[in-house]
Amino acid sequence: MSLAKHSALLATALTLGAGTTFARDNIQVAGSSTVLPYASIVAELFGENTDFPTPVVESGGSSAGLARFCEGIGENTIDIANASRAIRDTEIEACAAAGVKDIIEVRIGYDGIVFASQKNGPAFDTFTPSEWYQALAAELPKDGAMHENATSNWTDVNGDLPDAEILAFIPGTKHGTREVFEEKVLYQGCKDTGAADAMKAMGMDKKAIKKACMHVRADGRSVDIDGDYTETLARVSANGNGIGVFGLAFFENNTDTLKVATINGVAPSVETISTGTYPVSRPLFFYVKAAHIGVIPGLKEYAQFFMADEVAGPDGPLAAYGLVADPELATTQGMIDAQATMN
Amino acid sequence: MSTSLLDQSSRTRKRNASERRFVRLGLGAIFLSLGFLAMLLIAIAGNGYGAFTQTRIDVAMTWDAESIAKAEKSIVKTAKYNGMIAKALRGQMEAAGIDPQMKDKELLQLVSSSAGAQLRDFVTATDATKGQFDFLASSRVDGYLKGRVTRASLAEDKNLSPAHLDLVDAMRAAGMVERRFNLDFIFGGDASESRPEAAGLGVSMVGSFYMVLVVLGCALPVGVAAAIYLQEFAPKNRLTDLIEVNIANLAAVPSIVFGILGLAVFIQFAHLPQSAPLVGGLVLTLMTLPRIIIPARAALGAVPPSIREAALGVGASKSQAVFHHVLPLSMPGILTGVIIGMAQALGETAPLLLIGMVGYIASNHPDGLISGFTDPNSAMPAQIYEWAKRADPAYIERAWGGIILLLAFLMAMNFVAIVLRRKFERRW
Repeated sequence: MSLAKHSALLATALTLGAGTTFARDNIQVAGSSTVLPYASIVAELFGENTDFPTPVVESGGSSAGLARFCEGIGENTIDIANASRAIRDTEIEACAAAGVKDIIEVRIGYDGIVFASQKNGPAFDTFTPSEWYQALAAELPKDGAMHENATSNWTDVNGDLPDAEILAFIPGTKHGTREVFEEKVLYQGCKDTGAADAMKAMGMDKKAIKKACMHVRADGRSVDIDGDYTETLARVSANGNGIGVFGLAFFENNTDTLKVATINGVAPSVETISTGTYPVSRPLFFYVKAAHIGVIPGLKEYAQFFMADEVAGPDGPLAAYGLVADPELATTQGMIDAQATMN
Repeated sequence: MSTSLLDQSSRTRKRNASERRFVRLGLGAIFLSLGFLAMLLIAIAGNGYGAFTQTRIDVAMTWDAESIAKAEKSIVKTAKYNGMIAKALRGQMEAAGIDPQMKDKELLQLVSSSAGAQLRDFVTATDATKGQFDFLASSRVDGYLKGRVTRASLAEDKNLSPAHLDLVDAMRAAGMVERRFNLDFIFGGDASESRPEAAGLGVSMVGSFYMVLVVLGCALPVGVAAAIYLQEFAPKNRLTDLIEVNIANLAAVPSIVFGILGLAVFIQFAHLPQSAPLVGGLVLTLMTLPRIIIPARAALGAVPPSIREAALGVGASKSQAVFHHVLPLSMPGILTGVIIGMAQALGETAPLLLIGMVGYIASNHPDGLISGFTDPNSAMPAQIYEWAKRADPAYIERAWGGIILLLAFLMAMNFVAIVLRRKFERRW
């Protein structure tokens, strides 16, 4: 009877599942969607240039990736977490509690964050952090008290800016990019405009000032995008006045529809970011479980391959895609060779 | 007031008018939905058909053992092979009377970076020292031949310049560049962000196949057995009522919930591998079970009691009556339910997000028949979702093309279900 045959098949499948642990021979990577393009390029090259199988790279965000990274040690946990920000102390503690004690931190390079709008839209060609702070802050200090942000048009912020409604599409809080945006644009603008000093004069402590500086208005003029840059692009394409926050590499792949604004007069490019003159950039990382080296075949080789001059260097495929190469590549290479763990 | 039967009273006219209004509204609704369907299909076909052709550059290559040995010594070997391709391409262009007027590195932007790997695979597997290759053109060259990329859109592009397009025009005239049918899109694997031209749906199709196989192997026997027991053998009491209500509820549970369950049970508890079609299939089995049980019960219930009574009357046992008479008669209905359940499983993405099947995963075909269950893989809808997220606009076209393939599979499955029902269903 075919029913019996099927039941036997089911039983085999279940015992197969419950009994055996699988010997995994491919590297598993998860984490930041900003790092994903770079990781996928390296994984592809690694697969075709070595005898190891092509690593599997999943996305999902820096925090989600690090959370999975810290689940523990073993073949059904990931080997590498990609992150568009440095690992936090709380995450290191969570890792240690789950037995992930030896972590190798690898800085792969730098990524610029750019402000782009429709190519044929209003002339959003130049911005400063101060303007962004004044346009997006929830509350601004005035005459010794905090008042709700009343700006609605970019001309309210600065008369030289285009006459267009304020409408910004910024990364949602689960993205590592948001942290950089808050730190390097909003907080910087807060300090530049003197708002931070005004708050200090009002008797706020440092922590409260920072929090108030980074608090984004929630009246619909600033929209959190929890998805990927493609979603931001779709929103900008649908709103002539919209300005989106993108990664440099994403913008460079979509120059036919987007134009980019300078920050403090500096246009974002691989050169300006590597010299540090373009202010809004952040390092990208991946974290390797040292305990998996030697267990998962090719793990150390993958890390070495990723950071080789021919791959992560200024003339490599990653730089061609939009990564700003790390000037201290040699140090990182040495760390990987020595398997130097954090702390 | 006239009393002739030929004259309609005002009430009759009103009633008739309201009926006509309703008929028109209904027709309007149908035309509206047909219009939307047509728009959808036209959009899918119009945006996606481009993925089925790809621009290729014909290059005749020669090589010697020395340059191969040199290339094999470097870390990124395929980059060295790319350099060899650039030289060959330059030579071929000059022979055709085209002056490239650019450096090798810029010239290479015409060719997909997958070309080096293609050449290396060939060279390392053969003793020959020359060969004719049809390398993929880079995604922007391909976009130019498909009308997506223009000189204006390349004005600020880093990956290709308008000067390249002049070269492409000259090469087309010389017969070196051509758009051809792209089998690799149907049978190939995923590619990285930097080479959308090389991406294909084939590997994730295999992933989907294995998942549907798992669903078939698990959900069919369990679902049909549950339906037979509940319908034919189970006593009617509180408990079975409760089970019945819960099965109906399960069918309405959002599929993402099954993904979370799968993550917790199959990966974190049972330690099954991540990104494996086996786990994907098991998760989809959970999702599909109620969707098989409900139509299976309906099909069993539609068999008239006289059949059972006749079987019991001539001395058959209860199970003989069910398995020899009721089940065969209800099989077409059950199979229809199973196939539609499979089709739903095939098109499902949400639960797969949580068990690691979205990302750069479906890059290589599984090594063997059995390892196909556990090798990391994606599924067709998950691969389409992944493509739609990527930065290069060339991936959008592939996402639409993938939808065409997925729709073709779903339509084929639904067609089989309809044929089965039409051909074998018996009405009493």
